[in-house]
This record gives sequence, structure tokens and C-alpha cells, in this order.
Amino acid sequence: MVADVIDTLADIAPGSKLDLARNRRTVARQQAQASYLSLFKPATMGGVSAQERYAVACFVSGLHGQPQSEAFYGAGLSEAGGTAALKAAIALAVAAGKTQGPYGAFPKGPLSVEDTTGMIFKVAPDIALALGRRLVAAFEHTHMLVFHPRDAASPSLQSLLDAGWSTTDVVTLSQLVAFLSFQIRVVAGLRIMATKV
Amino acid sequence: MTDKTVPQSGHTVPTVFTRDMLDWLPWLEPMEAEKMSQHHLDSLIDASRVKSPYFRLLARDPDVLAARTRTDKDIFYNPEAGLPRAERELAAAATSRLNGCIYCASVHARFAATYSKKVPEVEKLLAEGTGADLDKRWNAIVAASVALTSTPIAFGPKHVDALRAEGLDDEAILDVISAASFFNWANRLMLSLGEPTPAAS
Repeated sequence: MVADVIDTLADIAPGSKLDLARNRRTVARQQAQASYLSLFKPATMGGVSAQERYAVACFVSGLHGQPQSEAFYGAGLSEAGGTAALKAAIALAVAAGKTQGPYGAFPKGPLSVEDTTGMIFKVAPDIALALGRRLVAAFEHTHMLVFHPRDAASPSLQSLLDAGWSTTDVVTLSQLVAFLSFQIRVVAGLRIMATKV
Repeated sequence: MTDKTVPQSGHTVPTVFTRDMLDWLPWLEPMEAEKMSQHHLDSLIDASRVKSPYFRLLARDPDVLAARTRTDKDIFYNPEAGLPRAERELAAAATSRLNGCIYCASVHARFAATYSKKVPEVEKLLAEGTGADLDKRWNAIVAASVALTSTPIAFGPKHVDALRAEGLDDEAILDVISAASFFNWANRLMLSLGEPTPAAS
């Protein structure tokens, strides 16, 4: 059995107060783990390789500045055969992409006064070579999902499709980034709670 | 062969946050109901969701959809202990308001209003945003949701203190964390895979 990843990342000890509190939502706890397994240890990888899954996870963790997640998914990337060159490229992409969210535009109208602008992330050419075409498109889309999801629109999906992601692959990629946005926040919340119990 | 996005035209897009019913139009091709295997159908959890283009799109990766839905239901519907349902919905609505997901905000503002009966407060959150002054307890829940939704995450000990001062125990605070975190998952799917439109009457 694979250890509960949220417990691992948040350093939740069996029998601790937070362990017991988490058990009040047993199904949510088990299914958060099942979500992790279905994205990172799926029955079949389908069109998205293990290396791509972990590379995106490293990018998302890095953009959030979550050291436990970065280390965890970094180890996964190594196991999936990620090279030093790939890891270096991801680190450069993280450094270039870090900003503050959520920002973005609303549909034109009364909410436009709340529009906030921010970075539109493009992978630099020297990094792009190490990432390859599919991951370049994935990282540009991922950056938008992490920091300015309300700017997402059909053209960015078409960029993924044009870079060789199938419709089903895009669903998997979207779930992976969105799930990590959840997992990283639960871990961050639990780590703060651990200082207060 | 390269896949294509689904063109959507001729519809109107809501330009304000609302508690009205909305539909959702996909930008990627959902599965055709007739072509779904039992595995795909089972991933919907509720059979009626086969009518929803959102769930038929997510069913393309069935195992993560099934786990996502079971996570969602336990965080929001499990009646045991923790935060009242109305306030789990408030955390979901506040998160959606900040991320800018008009569709998710409409659904969960409706639930928050229904379960709390505090319609003016819910309307104020939608109209003014997450800085709106609601009441002390709701302000604390909204502030915690906002801090968790920000990137980098800004949730800290002071948010826990504020929630405790309003009577939330550890289980209830974990529910705030889970509900806000879950909507950081849901908002990103809803915002990036399609767009809302007023429901057909």
C-alpha cells in the first residue's frame, strides 16, 4: 500500500490529533489519495507519460513554493527517468514563472473594473529545447491555471492540441494541475494547523 | 490527427456573479453517451450526470473523475461533526468569487443561501467580492478561504485564531481548509474547459 501522500507531505503522525480530525472525513481522505494514485500511478498511462506527469507536478509545486511537494514530485520525476537537464529546465521555468495570483480578466461588463493584469508566461527558447514541444505547451497552460485561471479560453486548449496533446490528454493534464492546486493547499493548511494544536 | 476545440457561438455569457441557474458549454469534445463503456459510466457516480457535458468531458479520464467526485461529496455532504453545510458552501462560494469562476460561484452561492437563509450576506459577497463585510464569523471563513486561494498561499496562524475565536473547532477548521482547497480544484476545471451561459428556461 502506498502511504497517504497528504499525511506524508504534512508530516501527520498516526494517532496524532490531526490524524484523528482527518478521520472524521474518511472518504475524502481515501479519495484524495485515490485521486493522487489515478494521476501518478494510473492503471495505464494513456497518452500522458509518467515523466510528463511528474514534470508538470514539479512545475506546479515550484510555482507554489511548496518545498515538501517539490521534493516529493522531484523524486517521482527521477524515478520516471527525468534527466538532470530536464530538472534544470524545470527549475529555470519555475524561477521565471513565479508571481502572485489569482489575477486575470472577467467577461467584458460590470466586473471589468475588477480585472487585474499579470504575467503571461512563455517558456524561454533555451528552456524549451530541454522540455520539448509537448511540455512547453503544457507549462504555458499550467502557469495560467495556477495563477490566472479566469483567463483560460479555447485558444490555449488549441495550443495544447496543436502540440500533440489529445482531448483526453488535456483532460488528464487539467485534472493533474487542478488536483495539485487542491493537494498543496490541504497540506499548507494542515501544516499551519499542526503548529496550533 | 490533431484534435480540435469545440466552437461555441451565439450564446450569451454572464457578466456578473449571480445565484441564477447557469449552463456550461464545453470547449473540448465530451464523450458521446452512447459510446461510454461501463467504466466511463460508473465514473459519473450519479447516473443522471450523463446529461452533463462537463461530466462527460471529465469521464475521458474516468478514475480521477470518480475519485474527485467522491472527495467532493464527503467534504460537502458528510453531516458528521465539523462545519455546518451552509458554511462549507460559503467557503466554496468565496473561493470561486476570488478565482473568478462565475459558474461555480452561482451553484455554491445558491447552496450557501439556501442552507444559511442569509440571502443578503450571500448577495453582498457576490456583488462586492471577498472584501465584503458580512458578519464576524463569515468574515473569518471568507478570509481563511481567500488566504488559502492566494498563490503563494497566505493562510497562517492568525486565520486559525480568527476561526477559533468564532467558535470553530479543529474539525470545523479542517472543513474550511478542505472546502476552499477543493474549490481550487473545481474552479480550475470549470474555468479552463468551457464557459457558462444563462440556463435555457
